[in-house]
Amino acid sequence: MSRRLHWLVLGLLLMAGGVGAAVDTFEFSSEQERDRFYAIGSELRCPKCQNQNIADSDAPIAADLRQEVFRLLEDGRSDDEIVDYMVARYGEFVRYKPALNRDTAVLWFGPLAFLLVGVLAVVLLVRRRQRAVNESSDAGLSPQEQKRLDELLNKKSQDD
Amino acid sequence: MRRLLLIVPLLLFLVLAGFFLQSLMTKEEGVTELELPSPLLNKPFPTFDLPSVIDGEPRITQADLKGPALVNIWATWCVACRVEHPVLNRLAAEGVVIYGVNYKDTNADAIKWLKDFHNPYQLNISDADGRLGLDLGVYGAPETYLIDANGVIRHKFIGVIDERVWDTDLGARYRALVEEAK
Repeated sequence: MSRRLHWLVLGLLLMAGGVGAAVDTFEFSSEQERDRFYAIGSELRCPKCQNQNIADSDAPIAADLRQEVFRLLEDGRSDDEIVDYMVARYGEFVRYKPALNRDTAVLWFGPLAFLLVGVLAVVLLVRRRQRAVNESSDAGLSPQEQKRLDELLNKKSQDD
Repeated sequence: MRRLLLIVPLLLFLVLAGFFLQSLMTKEEGVTELELPSPLLNKPFPTFDLPSVIDGEPRITQADLKGPALVNIWATWCVACRVEHPVLNRLAAEGVVIYGVNYKDTNADAIKWLKDFHNPYQLNISDADGRLGLDLGVYGAPETYLIDANGVIRHKFIGVIDERVWDTDLGARYRALVEEAK
């Protein structure tokens, strides 16, 4: 393959990345509002196509929800208000970032708990192994052996 | 004690596997896709003020929905609704109260459908732009809501109501609400 073809293929691949996102024609009143729109859209899960957010999905329901997010934004609602609005209708499921409450505490703190357990296990193992090493070196020599070792060491230091 | 510690990972794995197996089984038993629990359960039916599908009939609001009743979300573009329709006709003939919400559809198509396939609905609400559907959290027709005598949503069913669904699930729920209203 020629070098030019490589670049062409790379270019096409890069372009393909943008095709996944759904295209709408919304007239945003400001850049900031556009950013908020996409931020909210990527945080809301499409209820029909359950592994996509509404910004990426081509499902009709996702288009409806985008339209609704846009309408609410134009209406001057805050991000939280818009997400709550959707949760009131479609349930907690629509949040890709679940709210922190009693039901979701395990979800939020579960990984941390696992990490702590892991760290604890490692610390305990390392300590135990260290102790085992220390004990074996202490207990490895009888008094005679220790005496002989000391003599040898002394002799060596005298030789120096 | 050391020995017991060794089997902890195995136990954890078994618990997890059991959990996954359970959700796998419950999913297979129901309809083809994962059903979302509705946050509207035990809440009053959303307020609305919409025209009737049929020209000349007065506008319809939530106050016109007299429970216990089924509120069925349907559309002419919805293939599954066509499968469901004969069952609704039969239920209506048996005296079950059904209200229809024609969702994101045109009145002309809806009227033709009701003429061709019979009209099982006591009222035909025209939700052409899907606003009521959005307030209800509808994400795919057909969906059916069970409301009680006070207009409170007591159950949501997603998918086609067929004989089996009615006999094993919805029918009993409906009759319970009728009993409750007495």
